[in-house]
Amino acid sequence: MEIIYQPWSWFVSGFLIALFMFLLLLLGKRFGMSSNLRAFCSMCGGGKVSSFFNYDWKKDSWNLFIVVGTILGGYLAAHYLSHGAMPHINESTQLALQDLNISSENAYLPNELFSIAALSNVKTWAILIVGGFLIGFGARYAGGCTSGHAISGLSNLQLPSLIAVIGFFIGGLFMVHVLFPLIF
Amino acid sequence: MKKIIYILLGLIFGVVMYKSEAASWFRIYEMFRFESFHMYGIIGTALVFGIIFIQLIKRFHIKTFDGQAITIEDKDKSVYRYLFGGIIFGLGWALAGACPGPIFVLIGAGFLPVLIVLISAVLGTFVYGLLRDKLPH
Repeated sequence: MEIIYQPWSWFVSGFLIALFMFLLLLLGKRFGMSSNLRAFCSMCGGGKVSSFFNYDWKKDSWNLFIVVGTILGGYLAAHYLSHGAMPHINESTQLALQDLNISSENAYLPNELFSIAALSNVKTWAILIVGGFLIGFGARYAGGCTSGHAISGLSNLQLPSLIAVIGFFIGGLFMVHVLFPLIF
Repeated sequence: MKKIIYILLGLIFGVVMYKSEAASWFRIYEMFRFESFHMYGIIGTALVFGIIFIQLIKRFHIKTFDGQAITIEDKDKSVYRYLFGGIIFGLGWALAGACPGPIFVLIGAGFLPVLIVLISAVLGTFVYGLLRDKLPH
């Protein structure tokens, strides 16, 4: 049991993610989390303003049950399968975080961004809103996110997915190395 | 019955994302600084086994549980949409420290501010839908 409460190794986790994708394929489905965001838009009547949302989202309702499960999984893992051990990140990463005034002590996510108290700061709202917007816009523009391209697409040796993943890294590296010192 | 299978599969995925720390903002930041092997290990292992599983499906014509043939459509050929869309997604991934899967994991784990990220991501998807015909693909 003890091994479950510890953070899981990259090897076990990576294998389980591939197995998850494999099981979905055997169920006749495709692994991709960001398509749910499109389904939300359609459910809210987005089809009235853009034909992009005018599709039969009920056909993809299986993916919404995956979402329900994913939320439950997060709850279960955080409350019942963890001792509260937090990500043990590299020391030089911790030093870089200090320069940005972000504490890396004893937290799964930075308190400066994801605690209720942080919401009293307008900047926190701006970061969360802009971050979310770029994720949603970019994922749909690129036709998939980490699950659809970096895992499913690359597993199927798709060149478009490789281009998308290169894009993910160009954007991510630019954000962390160029924009972070300006933002934080 | 099938609904329960999908919920259970999602649950396992959610637990893996949380326990592997792939849902942690810190791990994403560390990854983009190339200061740890952890995230590369997760994605790399998933890829190696993913390639093996898909090759098995193709070589042995493995069918779905319902007995249907599994055909995985190729992605449309293009550079623009994958590169530009990818860069925009990458900027958001690094800033919010979460991609769409982990967003749901973190909401379940009780990080309520992540709800703002989710709502905003739905909005971003919506705006893409509005601008789609005007963007290079």
